[in-house]
Amino acid sequence: MQQLIFGVLTLSSFGFFAFNLRKIGQNIHMGMPLDRSDRKAERWRTMLLVALGQKKMFTRPIPALLHLALYASFVITQIELIEILVDGMSGSHRFFQNSLGGFYTFVISFIEVLSVLAFIGTVAFLARRNMLKLPRLNMKELAGWPKQDANLILVFELILITFIFTMNGADEVLQTYAGNSNGFAISSWLGPILFEGKSTHTLHVLEQIGWWGHIIMVYTFMNYLPYSKHLHIFMAFPNTYYSKLAPKGQFTNMQSVTNEVKLMLDPNADPYAAPAADAAPSRFGAKDVTDLTWKNLMDAYSCTECGRCTSACPANTTGKLLSPRKIMMDTRDRMVELGDFKRKNGQDAEDGKSLLGSYITEEELWACTSCNACVQECPVNIDPLSIIIDLRRFLVMEESKVPTELTGMLTNIENNGAPWQFAPTERMNWANED
Amino acid sequence: MSIQVRTMADMMASGESPDILFWVGCAGSFDDRAKKITKALVKILNHCKVNFAVLGTEESCTGDPAKRAGNEFTFQMQALMNIELLNGYEVKKIVTACPHCFNTLKNEYPELGGTYEVIHHTQLIQDLINTGKLTLADNGTFKGKKITFHDPCYLGRANDVYEAPRELIEKLDAALVEMKRCKTNGLCCGAGGAQMFKEAEKGNKEINIERTEDAIETSANIIATGCPFCNTMMTDGVKHFEKEEDVKVMDIAELIANAADL
Ligand code: SF4
Ligand code: SF4
Repeated sequence: MQQLIFGVLTLSSFGFFAFNLRKIGQNIHMGMPLDRSDRKAERWRTMLLVALGQKKMFTRPIPALLHLALYASFVITQIELIEILVDGMSGSHRFFQNSLGGFYTFVISFIEVLSVLAFIGTVAFLARRNMLKLPRLNMKELAGWPKQDANLILVFELILITFIFTMNGADEVLQTYAGNSNGFAISSWLGPILFEGKSTHTLHVLEQIGWWGHIIMVYTFMNYLPYSKHLHIFMAFPNTYYSKLAPKGQFTNMQSVTNEVKLMLDPNADPYAAPAADAAPSRFGAKDVTDLTWKNLMDAYSCTECGRCTSACPANTTGKLLSPRKIMMDTRDRMVELGDFKRKNGQDAEDGKSLLGSYITEEELWACTSCNACVQECPVNIDPLSIIIDLRRFLVMEESKVPTELTGMLTNIENNGAPWQFAPTERMNWANED
Repeated sequence: MSIQVRTMADMMASGESPDILFWVGCAGSFDDRAKKITKALVKILNHCKVNFAVLGTEESCTGDPAKRAGNEFTFQMQALMNIELLNGYEVKKIVTACPHCFNTLKNEYPELGGTYEVIHHTQLIQDLINTGKLTLADNGTFKGKKITFHDPCYLGRANDVYEAPRELIEKLDAALVEMKRCKTNGLCCGAGGAQMFKEAEKGNKEINIERTEDAIETSANIIATGCPFCNTMMTDGVKHFEKEEDVKVMDIAELIANAADL
């Protein structure tokens, strides 16, 4: 019976998870193509350093260490999941304990120690978020769901760890009644403190509660991820692999514009020539998520909402509306909204909304100095700047919505080859002045 | 000392070709403050007998502010015209004192057909010193002075050049003091992304004021920069605090030209 329940639970959990992963994949594929298949060795290195090694986290060492404890315990606890799956399916108890012997004791002890560190880290993070009121974790774009999301996952983590120690602790006391010990680093002393003197029956029930509680929390966690900023646990890997490797100052070249400009500059071009058949009626710049590249959309799914970008943003820190974190959160919200809408109403359906306008305003876009501080800061190599620029391109080239002073600057460049009103003939006057 | 500058057209006509093209840029050509930086660099080049040329009246905006403002058309028009000119003169190597020109020429022109070796003037000066072509006089201009370096975004984060300007400051008889936000963490001066040409959006502070505070906090006598736009922004910031007497904003090229008695 238990095995059956376990089987059904496991299958449905993985099934639902797969279903959501497929949606994520589909949503990312709404983006425009972009080639990031080059420089493989460098990409692997970036992924190992930035995602696995959390290199960029260590510019702030204390949160980095606490975060590392949470992350390591998360990753390593999954080894135990293998045994839970085997035990759950076959009805065995600690399937690997006998065959692995001392190594088993070591692995479980390691998990226990990490779990304690993770517990401490989680409590510290909860306190920081809710009591210390760190500005970057309490801005208005986090009000409501994002803040709940952040707290919820921390609470999940606490519950999960509590279940692990309930299970291991009760099991330990049961062992001592039989004159043995599992010998795990934490539960061998924590177990007796918590449960010494309880009846064998109670202990069995406690152990079962711990075991089931653990696996249920793992499945809950797994299925919660696709709706949460905690998706970065997975997304950090592909996202850093596909990082922009070009110098940060290099903006993309718009090939569609190159074609038109070349035509304009070529005196031999036939102005009446029909546009090439393959020239899709493309839009200049981005109005909605479908105009962004798939990497921009993957970025949005990878964002941890940590706000390191925003706290380094010169526009934001001087009170402007722009927040690069909000740009990423808006992109994700809009992508999920549009993805769901299209799945329901067909690929060509329009819902009348767009990223620019419904989510992001012109005022935000015009505050950016393109300084790349957000890109530099992001621990998972997200590039909010490229979204900002693509939205600006749409504003300027499709809608001619340019701040007045910039119109003057652009006209000057077109007319006299400089952003100010100086005649080209005066360009070398400096050499003869004193 | 009067400066000697020859144009590319002029050199071509007499069958010569320069080793390096000095891309002056719009600020360096038209802005009164930036023209001084241009001349300081030319003095260094003259002194070291570098065989260089400028485009003169044939030079035109790289298109950087247009591109950052989102107008890719204007950018590419400028870029393609400039590339045609540069390729026509068979330019191989370019030096510029503007990080925005530097970034655009180095990173954004190749895809449009213009591939050159592009260096920032601090890199060129560093090279001139390291190869012994330029020696700094022991004239005590900077003795006991504190200098802080403001990283231009388009030189630092955008292109990872952090050391060349610092090495040059260290060669002066002065102390290099860092601001709390420097190198990769450096704070923008507020001019980038075409902001130079517009009013800032609504906020509670100007970015250049915030940045000038960082600089003043170091109690430096000189704020050194490597960008004509940063120079303007920091100069305005210093004026805002009425500190013009105590704090000077200078380009690295000017510091070196002074230290070399040029
Ligand atoms: S590039 Fe723009 S959004 Fe990013 S930190 Fe700089 S000003 Fe802010
Ligand atoms: S974009 Fe990066 S730095 Fe900004 S909130 Fe998201 S994860 Fe953090």
